[in-house]
Amino acid sequence: MRYLRRITRRKFIQVTTAAAAGSMVGCTNKKSPWRFFTIEEGQTVAAICERIIPADQDPGATEAGVVNFIDLQLMGPYKRHRARYREGIRSVEQASLKMFGHRFTELGPEGQDEVLKELERVAAEETRKELERVAAAGETRKGQSKGQSSEDFFALILSHTMQGFYGDPRHGGNRGRVSWKMLGLPYPPIRGRLHYDLTKPGGGSE
Amino acid sequence: MALKHVNAVVVGAGAGGGIVAKELAEAGLSVVLLERGKWYSAFDCRKDDLRNQRTSVLGCGFGPDDERYRRVVVDAEGNERSVLPSEAAYSNNAACVGGGTFSYGAQAWRYMEKDFRMRSTYGAVEGSTLEDWPISYADLEPHYEKAEWEIGVSGDDSKNPFHAPRKKPLPMPPQPPGREHEILRPAAERLGLHPFDIPMLRNTVPFNGRPPCMRCRWCVGFACEVDAKNGTHNTVIPKALASGNCVLRAECVAKEILSDDRGRVTGVAYFDSQDRLHVQSADLVVVSCGATETARLLLNSRSKLFPDGLGNRSDWVGRNLQGHTYAGANGLFDYDVYDDLGPGASIAISDFNHGNPGLVGGGILCNEFIRLPYQFTSMTPTTLPHWGSAHKDFMRQAYRRCIAVQGPAQEMPVLEARVQVDPRVKDHWGIPVARLSGSNHPHTLEVARFLMSKSEAWLKEAGATATWPRPPHAGLSGGQHQAGTCRMGNDPKTSVVNRHCQVHDVDNLFVVDASVHVTNGGFNPVLTIMAVAYYASAHLVEEWRGTRFRS
Repeated sequence: MRYLRRITRRKFIQVTTAAAAGSMVGCTNKKSPWRFFTIEEGQTVAAICERIIPADQDPGATEAGVVNFIDLQLMGPYKRHRARYREGIRSVEQASLKMFGHRFTELGPEGQDEVLKELERVAAEETRKELERVAAAGETRKGQSKGQSSEDFFALILSHTMQGFYGDPRHGGNRGRVSWKMLGLPYPPIRGRLHYDLTKPGGGSE
Repeated sequence: MALKHVNAVVVGAGAGGGIVAKELAEAGLSVVLLERGKWYSAFDCRKDDLRNQRTSVLGCGFGPDDERYRRVVVDAEGNERSVLPSEAAYSNNAACVGGGTFSYGAQAWRYMEKDFRMRSTYGAVEGSTLEDWPISYADLEPHYEKAEWEIGVSGDDSKNPFHAPRKKPLPMPPQPPGREHEILRPAAERLGLHPFDIPMLRNTVPFNGRPPCMRCRWCVGFACEVDAKNGTHNTVIPKALASGNCVLRAECVAKEILSDDRGRVTGVAYFDSQDRLHVQSADLVVVSCGATETARLLLNSRSKLFPDGLGNRSDWVGRNLQGHTYAGANGLFDYDVYDDLGPGASIAISDFNHGNPGLVGGGILCNEFIRLPYQFTSMTPTTLPHWGSAHKDFMRQAYRRCIAVQGPAQEMPVLEARVQVDPRVKDHWGIPVARLSGSNHPHTLEVARFLMSKSEAWLKEAGATATWPRPPHAGLSGGQHQAGTCRMGNDPKTSVVNRHCQVHDVDNLFVVDASVHVTNGGFNPVLTIMAVAYYASAHLVEEWRGTRFRS
């Protein structure tokens, strides 16, 4: 039971604010705030991304708008990943039910991490077994794996989360440049100026 | 309507093609320069960290596009799949006027003398087609100089005791050193190494009518906002056009090179930007599409005389695909090392290019270009989790405290590392796509791991509190340093072009790009591509003034 989460008011506001940010409809009803994800998918994806880059003293994936990034790109350059996302989200839910008897979004952070790590482990195992089977049968595996392997999905959402958190805000994530502020990147960047004062020993300091 | 006949068609407006077009045009030949990509400029500088030529997850910044292009890659187990240009396995360089030179990091290296004589120096390597070039460094020296002064190189190699001989110094001074350079230099000296400034195809003072670099953090993979980065698009190609003898047709995709039954090429069939097919007839054809696309074009140009592709009686077209196998290390420091001064890469050592005990060749070691945040997410130590709080925490505390050092291990060429054309998959224009297969030679990985250990040692000496390796990639090479697929040689049975880049068997067909490299040095190849282009052009012009390629 300890893997169940008490939904704090703060968390609830965070999640719905993030969802509403992408919404064109003011009030919540059955219509999804997302372009591609359903309401439930959006919540599951938000929860997964938040485990990949959790909030701590700095904002995490949800506050940075990573779900908005992924949703937006799935309408464009990442169109080809749509099926993989639908299947992957389902596999996360299935694993969550199997391991803890609850939906992924109902678990606490430790439970969610357990589910994701298990998916990573299982998929690596599947890939290894598939390679062995193919080698033993003397076959050549043609075509890309169709996304049945959950490691494919986790690796995909992991890289997309990193892109949506650390990438340029113009793509829908990194809201307010939160990750760049966290890293200490100067903004606006100072250009066209030599930072070193060559009249001083050691170049002086900025 | 038939196009007017010209003296020369140059296919590909990159490092090689741009130079050839200008040399031929200024010598009075009429030239059509075809380029499948667009002509971008400084105004196309977007600083988009997810859509550029180095990080292409949302698409390649400067071509080719995912909509119309594909390749097929075959992995070590024989599994094949179709890949998009935005995927790493596609092994992309660029598709635009200027080619890779439009957005590269612009390292401007002369190869060393031994790089042209790898077989004589080191002997045969089992399982490799390691061989000498049919030309020497001395043949290329005046042409390296020409590239340095005409395209524009900054630097100072006087502190590099290993550099090949030069007659003239570089035209521009090096950039003032940044913080990483200042940290790494004394450490290298204490280790008995010989650090110096990386030579760069980048203005450090006003040159050629364009300003110096403004030290921004978006260099390698990006267009230069102030046009300080030198490539063929802002030097020789405008000169070619200004001569009045050259037209540039951008967004034109070559379909095949046409030839007659006397074994001479007659022109190039290509699709324009509206997908209409044209035939441009010419007295001679120069292919400068880069190692992958040049091989593909030749293989797709079949005829009765050349059933396996133009110039391919030897079955060596497309083979010996090389690039560079990078390896190095990251170091974490307990103080801020980040100064936000681009391009970032600044210091190099050439101590490990040759003469490494028990190893064939080697490579330079340099500090890396500025790592943008998303790039840094995959450079964290493998001993730490690659997601979750630990990863985020590492990003936060280490981003401004990491220095990366690495180098391009010179590869042992392998006959089975190759470009073919796929029997099934075609691109938007119905042209069979390139099919890449093979992998690196084991000794290449040994050399790369040696460079990795030297990188770690350097960072440790510099005071890194922790270092972790960046091991080499074991699969097929190629990518931005792709080379080797139309090898230069004296024997038509084991090479594709002769010492003048002229295709054996086909007197009026030339290959002028890195395809002709027999071996690829332990250095970024672009200045050598440019030198070979000047060298081949000089002979081409002389031949033109003589026989005009009439048989």
